[in-house]
Amino acid sequence: MAIEISTPLTDEVVARLKAGDNVRISGILYTARDAAHKRLVALLAEGKELPMDIRGQIVYYVGPTPARPGRAIGSAGPTTSYRMDSYAPVLMEHGLKGMIGKGSRSQDVRDAMVRFKAVYFAAIGGAGALLAKCVKASELVAYEDLGPEAIRKLTVEGFPAVVVNDIYGNDLYEEGVRKYRVS
Amino acid sequence: MGCNGLREVHVSDVTAAIKKLCVSANCNVPRETIGALERAVETEESPVGREVLKQILENHRIAREEGVPACQDTGVAMVFVEVGQDVHFVGGDLYAAINEGVRQGYTEGYLRKSLVNDPLFKRVNTGDNTPAMIYVDIVPGTDVKITVAPKGGGAENMSGIAMLAPAAGVEGVKKFVVERVQKAGSNPCPPVVVGVGIGGTFDRVALLAKKALLRPVGSHNPDPAYAKLEEELLAEINKLGIGPQGFGGRTTALAVNIEYAPCHIASMPVAVNLNCHVGPHETVVL
Ligand code: SF4
Repeated sequence: MAIEISTPLTDEVVARLKAGDNVRISGILYTARDAAHKRLVALLAEGKELPMDIRGQIVYYVGPTPARPGRAIGSAGPTTSYRMDSYAPVLMEHGLKGMIGKGSRSQDVRDAMVRFKAVYFAAIGGAGALLAKCVKASELVAYEDLGPEAIRKLTVEGFPAVVVNDIYGNDLYEEGVRKYRVS
Repeated sequence: MGCNGLREVHVSDVTAAIKKLCVSANCNVPRETIGALERAVETEESPVGREVLKQILENHRIAREEGVPACQDTGVAMVFVEVGQDVHFVGGDLYAAINEGVRQGYTEGYLRKSLVNDPLFKRVNTGDNTPAMIYVDIVPGTDVKITVAPKGGGAENMSGIAMLAPAAGVEGVKKFVVERVQKAGSNPCPPVVVGVGIGGTFDRVALLAKKALLRPVGSHNPDPAYAKLEEELLAEINKLGIGPQGFGGRTTALAVNIEYAPCHIASMPVAVNLNCHVGPHETVVL
């Protein structure tokens, strides 16, 4: 059974999530890829305000296809997360509680998740058509010049994801592979 | 038919064909791949893995029925053209016509534009997904066969080449290929299709690996020794435990396709190019 969660994420909700849990997320997701992360982290380094309040929020690593007329979004599956690894810890330090992407994270990011009590979810890579169905609205927040990499605020309902890294240091990729590996 | 038995083909027909293929390939996962995914749902031991495979199949069905790209990374447009040597193109430049087809397909077809103009310094999006990566081969006859294979970045980034010593033999090839897939882990969105090139030169072997991915999932190299190697590699890779999306399981790869070519007495190049479970490609003959 999937666990229903909604944003903003509280510390109590985050503490309940364990690596391997299936979740369905409802609420707000902010989209951002490498280029947008670079700008966000630069703003924080200069002590400036971000274009959105990230406290308690979830960032979704996605660069969707353009929406057809009458649709909220085009195909919208996760991109590979390691490209955001160098930026993610600073955002968690400033209150970010969740990240959605695909693929494993660096030790630094995993340590930061334990320290700042944040979780990393994986959505199914290559399931952009299915995931787009959970996106009910999409609104431009910043960096329109980045095209598919601009920051958007997505309103989602029942968005399916799996907890990969929890605040206890567990990692689904490592545990899953260990279980099924034939040596 | 023109004079001297030449067949005239207008380049605008090439543009129209490419435009259609770009859109259609991105929304329609090859049916052989779907078949392999359906069989994997039956054989996968991991419950999370089975759930992932079911969601992937559901995704591919929605993509086909609603004309939505199966994956948001609609890739760089790889275009392979086999031109009959008795074809005469009229109406303009063939390469420009191909790029025009890509431009129209990606802008009018609501596909993502994922190319930057300069790899290192500027990295500005070209805005229309051009230029395509174009390979033209001259073959006998009067047909023009066009294949479009959109290639996403996630799987492409996990590619690798090794210039092995001939003494490394079958074991050396196996070790390199299996290690590549293991290192790639969850990044190329498993279950993957593994394209392997063996032989040729440094440049040629990479193209062989890419062309191997154009073969349908479930097909085998016509040479029985290479067909056997494909089977053995698939079995080895599926022992890695990576499983669907890397969450653990038996279905790490759906197929291993090998293409080979003659090479220098001192060389044995090997290349690995991965496709994800989307791995789209479509062909038409003009
Ligand atoms: S590897 Fe394939 S399925 Fe995964 S994001 Fe890239 S194109 Fe999409």
